[in-house]
Amino acid sequence: MEIIVTDLLCIGAGLAGERVAVEAASAGFEVICLSIVPPRRSHSSAAQGGMQASLGSCCMGEGDCPQVHFEDTVKGSDWGCDQEVARLFVETAPVAVREMAFWGTPWNRVVAGPSTYYKGGKQFEKVEASEREGLITARDFGGTAKWRTCYTSDGTGHTLLYTMDNKVVELGVKVHDRTEAIALIHDGTTCTGAVARCLKTGDLRIYLAKATLIATGGFGKIYRETTNAVINDGSGAVLAIDTGIVPIGNPEAIQFHPTGIVPTNILVTEGCRGDGGTLLDVNKERFMPQYEPKKAELASRDVVSRWMTHHIRKGLGVKSPYGDHLWLDIRHLGVQHIRTKLREVDEICHNFLGIDPVKDLIPVRPAQHYTMSGVRTNKDGAAYGLKGLFSAGEAACWDLHGFNRLGGNSLAETVVAGKIVGEKVVEFLHGYETSFSTSIALAAAKLQQERISRIVNCKDGKENVFAVRNAMQDELMERVGIFRNGKDLGAAVDNLQKIHERAQRVGLRSNGVGANPELALAIKIRGMLRLALCVAYAALLRTESRGCHAREDYEERNDRDWLKRTLATWNEGSDLPVLDYEPVSKIFDLPPGERGYGVCKIISCDGGVIGA
Amino acid sequence: MGRKLTFEIFRYNPKDPKSVPHTDGFQLEETDSMTLFIALARIREEQDPSLQFDFCCRAGICGSCAMVINGRPGLACKTLTRELPERIILMPLPVFKLIGDLSVDTGTWFRAMNEKVGSWIHTDKAFDPAAQEERMENAVAEEIYELERCVECGCCVAACGTANMREDFVGAVALNRIARFMLDPRDSRTEKEYFDVIGTDEGIFGCMGLLACEDVCPKNLPLQDQLGILRRKMGWTALKNLFSFKRT
Ligand SMILES: Cc1cc2nc3c(=O)[nH]c(=O)nc-3n(C[C@H](O)[C@H](O)[C@H](O)COP(=O)(O)OP(=O)(O)OC[C@H]3O[C@@H](n4cnc5c(N)ncnc54)[C@H](O)[C@@H]3O)c2cc1C
Ligand code: SF4
Ligand code: SF4
Ligand code: FES
Repeated sequence: MEIIVTDLLCIGAGLAGERVAVEAASAGFEVICLSIVPPRRSHSSAAQGGMQASLGSCCMGEGDCPQVHFEDTVKGSDWGCDQEVARLFVETAPVAVREMAFWGTPWNRVVAGPSTYYKGGKQFEKVEASEREGLITARDFGGTAKWRTCYTSDGTGHTLLYTMDNKVVELGVKVHDRTEAIALIHDGTTCTGAVARCLKTGDLRIYLAKATLIATGGFGKIYRETTNAVINDGSGAVLAIDTGIVPIGNPEAIQFHPTGIVPTNILVTEGCRGDGGTLLDVNKERFMPQYEPKKAELASRDVVSRWMTHHIRKGLGVKSPYGDHLWLDIRHLGVQHIRTKLREVDEICHNFLGIDPVKDLIPVRPAQHYTMSGVRTNKDGAAYGLKGLFSAGEAACWDLHGFNRLGGNSLAETVVAGKIVGEKVVEFLHGYETSFSTSIALAAAKLQQERISRIVNCKDGKENVFAVRNAMQDELMERVGIFRNGKDLGAAVDNLQKIHERAQRVGLRSNGVGANPELALAIKIRGMLRLALCVAYAALLRTESRGCHAREDYEERNDRDWLKRTLATWNEGSDLPVLDYEPVSKIFDLPPGERGYGVCKIISCDGGVIGA
Repeated sequence: MGRKLTFEIFRYNPKDPKSVPHTDGFQLEETDSMTLFIALARIREEQDPSLQFDFCCRAGICGSCAMVINGRPGLACKTLTRELPERIILMPLPVFKLIGDLSVDTGTWFRAMNEKVGSWIHTDKAFDPAAQEERMENAVAEEIYELERCVECGCCVAACGTANMREDFVGAVALNRIARFMLDPRDSRTEKEYFDVIGTDEGIFGCMGLLACEDVCPKNLPLQDQLGILRRKMGWTALKNLFSFKRT
């Protein structure tokens, strides 16, 4: 078996993985990135809206600063984030945006003079100062006090990822694309790389590394309806779960996006609402102002998603063969605006729906969108439990987002965390000597080889892997979705346990030779079920509502009992995760309080009740 | 009842000694808003789980899913079946190395292309974290973005007569990339330096100007304009080089 040795192994070549790689390569270390797809096809490329940084250059961002960004982020997280991390993040974000500009990202810039914008369907005028002309500008996004979201038209993730991969090419960092990590190599205390499967040939390879980074992005594909890419199926989280040591932080913290198009769940950007798009119901009437008088469509996305679901449940959704939905209306923004500033949205409507958003309403409904949860790390990005293992980006629970991520904060997280964690990885690598045990590596690879051969030869059964996956996706969608309650969650856990058993009996129908796609899914389906069980079980035990975690049977945020983070680990042979808890933050610069939007009944730390 | 669609799909698994290149037929009933992504996923799940093809974003953004659809390169995820006849013939992209069935290795090709054209900002300056960003006119940023929209899908390369004939031809995508950097005030390369990269038969002078590339580009990049501008500029640079050579 091929054995490849390197200083740093980045599992994942999206924005976060590549940013860490750039930092380590710039410091002279040898880096190899693995990716399921060619790096520029990573899901970072799909982010349209933009990234937050408090540059405060545009007039609507006047007076913005890291402190204001900090407060928005902590409130957005519903006090579920680590405030030290949030502080570090907001202070580094402006530098990170400028660094990306320096490397080539064509950020939109301030244009001096008057221009119009829409908010909540009304037109307003703003005037940009001439002394700011040419600086990086920003747009409005849900849940922020200032216009803070830097952007390049509707392709921010695309331009950022191309800029980053350009840097990777310039530095000569190796990217082994179409290579999927399937297990970490470790001895119980130290991680020394990963076993990976080549998706061109089907062969297994061993990567030995002094430091290993999990930067595999989100895992939305465990849900049926998600805005995530096909490849975002949780194989990164599974790497951690299968160690039995490294915990997943807050698995129950899953975000839904208000505007996935029906039926394909392709996301239309929050920028639509930021720029003044409105949501309409079956009677073509706006309904958000009735639930959120101040912020209306611009309230944070968990709030908007919930009211949409609520409104649909009231019977005010639009009937369709794919289920009920609502309308997104951007017609009043005008041809010019839609064809330039919202071009990708315009294209999506034409290509995937066959409609023209200048004239037609867009069918939308909430879909799974973001995983705040992930591999739990400390503020340096070092994973709990194993030395030499790091994580960054959406794959990590660094914990910037707590129970709700603000739009624009995750692209920012990828480059900010990439920078900070990259520096820490470099510090770690300096003077770190470890000896690689080939016997441990070979044993890890052999274990995978044997598993694969059992699956290919149907040694454990003939369960159809696609049927198992669909059952899991339905279960999560129906019972572990936007609104949650004890009864449904309990049923979901029971059902997922049964599906988990089926997952262990999966056998191939095809021959499994070469880059076989059925085998690729069959290898990870067991881990995906474990991940799904972490999500459902943690959601069941968290008897409060916080951010995106909305319990119908526990509507209040309960700071007295639940100002803590879930840590889920998996013992081999078990059929439920072990859940542990830790305080959400060491420091509280911003003490828990009201968000100013959303439902706000709170049981405070001292047991007092606010907003009853 | 939707139409009965017949898919004729190229099959070959180079890793399987028993496999020979051939075509397999599959039948599906068409449903509303069916794209080739939906159709192929269904064929894999319901009929042949070994079928290889590539999708990632399924939203026309990442460039993963280019294939030859009834003779024409395009992105499968943004092709609605209702725009196609009942008989749909799918082939892998030519030029790129075949991985299996409809899946080809674009990653290796594009990495080499990016290395060859030096697809990054060339500058002697160092980033100063304490400084404000350098200013740029918004119009310039938007012009750069216009060209930066390329998703490296490979359709233009697959459709290009020159690229199909000579392996070393850089393709319209590379020429577009060069044009993107020439527009960028942050890049310090001179025309002569760009000329060294693409002022050859592997570059702009290999292009026959038939514009199959622009025709098939799913992002509607203005490839024709870029090729024209480059040809004129490179023509000039070639002349100037000749001239300065004579004088020394
Ligand atoms: C449709 C959409 C729109 C969005 N819009 C915005 C926005 O406007 N603003 C914002 O801030 N955020 C947005 N987000 C969120 C944001 O884009 C992501 O959180 C972020 O880009 C994730 O980056 P990443 O580097 O962590 O992961 P990714 O970019 O997803 O990269 C993951 C990498 O890991 C690789 N990988 C995965 N598993 C394995 C494995 N087992 N072995 C090897 N490699 C593996 C993949 O191939 C890929 O290279 C959006 C998300 C979606 C889905
Ligand atoms: S115009 Fe040039 S690059 Fe485009 S297809 Fe023709 S030969 Fe190829
Ligand atoms: S120029 Fe167009 S066709 Fe060619 S790779 Fe880029 S997006 Fe694809
Ligand atoms: S799957 Fe991304 S472009 Fe088709």
